[in-house]
Amino acid sequence: MRRLKGVLHLAKSAVQHDNRKLNVREIIQQKKKSRSVNNYTEKLIPKILFGIAAISVLTTIGIVLTLITETIAFFKDVPFIDFFTGTELKPLGENAVFGVLPLLTGTIISTLIAMLVAIPVGLMTAIFLSEYASEKTRKALKPLLEILAGIPTIVYGFFAFTFVTPLLRSFIPGLEPTNILSPGIVMGIMIIPMVASLSEDAMSSVPNAMREGALALGATKLEVTWKVVVPAAISGIIASFVLGISRAIGETMIVTIASGSSKNFTFDVTQSMQTMTAYIVEVTGGEAAAGTTLYYSLYAVAMTLFVFTLIMNLLAQYISRRFREEY
Amino acid sequence: MKYVDSEQVHKKMGSRLLANNLAKTLFFMATLFGLVVLIVLIYRVLADGLGWINLDFLMNRLSTDPERAGIWGAITGTLWLMLVVAPVTMILGVGTAIYLEEYAAKGRISSFIKTNISNLAGVPSVVFGILGLTVFARALDLGSVVLAGGLTMALLVLPVVVVASQEAIRAVPQFLREASYGMGATKWQTIKNVVLPAALPGILTGVILALSRAIGETAPLVVIGIPALLIPVPDGIFDKFTILPVQIYYWTVDSALVAEYANLAAATIVILLIVLFAMNSIAILIRNKFQKRY
Repeated sequence: MRRLKGVLHLAKSAVQHDNRKLNVREIIQQKKKSRSVNNYTEKLIPKILFGIAAISVLTTIGIVLTLITETIAFFKDVPFIDFFTGTELKPLGENAVFGVLPLLTGTIISTLIAMLVAIPVGLMTAIFLSEYASEKTRKALKPLLEILAGIPTIVYGFFAFTFVTPLLRSFIPGLEPTNILSPGIVMGIMIIPMVASLSEDAMSSVPNAMREGALALGATKLEVTWKVVVPAAISGIIASFVLGISRAIGETMIVTIASGSSKNFTFDVTQSMQTMTAYIVEVTGGEAAAGTTLYYSLYAVAMTLFVFTLIMNLLAQYISRRFREEY
Repeated sequence: MKYVDSEQVHKKMGSRLLANNLAKTLFFMATLFGLVVLIVLIYRVLADGLGWINLDFLMNRLSTDPERAGIWGAITGTLWLMLVVAPVTMILGVGTAIYLEEYAAKGRISSFIKTNISNLAGVPSVVFGILGLTVFARALDLGSVVLAGGLTMALLVLPVVVVASQEAIRAVPQFLREASYGMGATKWQTIKNVVLPAALPGILTGVILALSRAIGETAPLVVIGIPALLIPVPDGIFDKFTILPVQIYYWTVDSALVAEYANLAAATIVILLIVLFAMNSIAILIRNKFQKRY
C-alpha cells in the first residue's frame, strides 16, 4: 500500500510538473499576446490623443470659417466701405441701414471708461501688494481679489443696472436710465483684479538686488518703485493693460444689461450706446431668420469683434516677449 | 571736495518722505477700493434677494407672477448642462494636455497647438456663442437644447482645463516615470498608472474651476437662443433648457417693467454665488489636501 501511495504521489507530482511546464508555456504565450496588444495600444494611443488635441485647433478653424463665410455673404448685400464708414445702424424695417460705426464707438468708449478705472486702480493695487504690503497682508488680500475676479459678469451687470446707475443719476442729473458710463465703470472694476494680478506677477519677478541697490543709494520706497521696479517690469505691466482692453472689448452681459440698445452715433457718455457684443446678443435674441441681411450682419459684427480681440491678444503676447528684460 | 551736498539732501528729504507716505496711503486705498466694491455688491444682492429665498422659490417653476416664480427649471437646466460640459471638457482637456506634455515632440506642431489654445482663451465668449449657434444648433440641427449649449460651453472652458492639466502633469517628477519604465512598463502604462494618478488633484482642481466658469457664463447661451420664459423642466440632453445666469439676465432686464423681478434676480444671484463659492472651496480643498509634494 505504502509503495502504491508512493507511486501515486510520484505520478501526481509528475503530472503537476507537467502542468507547471504547461503553465510557463502558457504564461509566455499570454505575455507575447499581451505584448502585441500593448504594442497595438502604444501605437494607437498617441494617435487618439493627437486627434483630441487637434479639436482645439478645429475649434479655431470652425470659428474663423463660420465667421468668414457668412461675413462674405453679408458684404454681397452691404458694400464693405458702407459698413465701416456708415454712422447709421437701423437693422430692422424695410430700409435697413448697416453702418458699424455706432457699435464701434460704443465699444471703444465703454472700453476707454473701463480702462480709466482699471489701469490706475489695478496698477496701484499691484504696487501696494508687491512693494508695500507685508507678507501677511498680501496673503489676506489676494484671495479677496480672486473672489472679485471670480464673480460672474452677469452679477456685475445686475450691479451696474440696479445700483451704480441709480447712484450716478443722483449726482449726474442728465444721466439716462441706460447709459454707457455706468457699465463702463463696472467693467473697469471687473478688470481690476486681472490687471492687478498680472502686473504684480511682473513686479514680483524683478530681482531684489535691484531694489536693494536703489535703497542703498538713499532712494525712498516710492522712488524705488517708480524709477526701478516699474520700468523693469514695464513689459509685463503693459501686457496686462492690453489684455484688460481685450477683455473689455469682448465683455458682453454688463453692457447688454446696463447700456440699452440705442444705436445712436454719439460720443455722449450719459446716453445709451450699443457695443458690438450687445448687438450680437440683441440680434440673436430676436431669432433672426437665417439668410437675411440682419442675420449675416451678426457675423460681420462678430468678425470685427474677433479681429479686434485677436489683435489685442497677439499684441500682448508680442509685448511681453519682445520687451521682456531678463535678469 | 564733497560729492553730496548734505544740506540739499536734507532740504528735500522731508518732501520725499511725505510723497512716499502719501503714495503708500493712496496705493492702500486703491487696494481697498476693489474690496469695498465687493462688499457693497454682496450687501446689495443679499439685501435685495435674501428675503425672497425660500423652499417655494427653489422648487417652483418659472412664472410671470413674481410671487409664484421659482428657479427649479434653471437649477435642473444648470445641472444637465454641467452633465454635458464636465465629461466633454475633461476628456478633451486632459487628452490635449497628455498629448502636449508626454507625446508631442517639442516642435512646430506642439507650439502651434499651444499658441492656438492661448489665443482661444482670449476669444470673447459671445463669439463662442456664434460658433455654437452656427455649428451645433443650426448645422447639426440640434436646436437650442442642453447638448448644443453644453458642447459650446465645453469648448469655451477647454483652455482652462488644458493649462491646469498641463501644469499638473509637468509637476509629476521624472523619477516616477523612470521607475515605472525600469519595471518594464510601456509609455501608456506609465501615463495611465503613474503620471495621471499623481497629477489627478491638479487636474480635478482645473476641471472644477472650469465648471465654475461655465456655470456663471451667460452670453454664449443667450446667443444660442434660450427662451425668456420656459415653463417645462428639462428632462434630458435633448430638451430645451434655461440656466441660472440666463434667468438672472432676463429678470434684470425686465425689472424695468416689474420691479419685483429685480428681487428675483438678486435671489437667483445669491443661489449662484453660493454654488460658485462651494465649488471653489472644494477645488481649494482638493488642491491643499491631495497635492503631494515631491
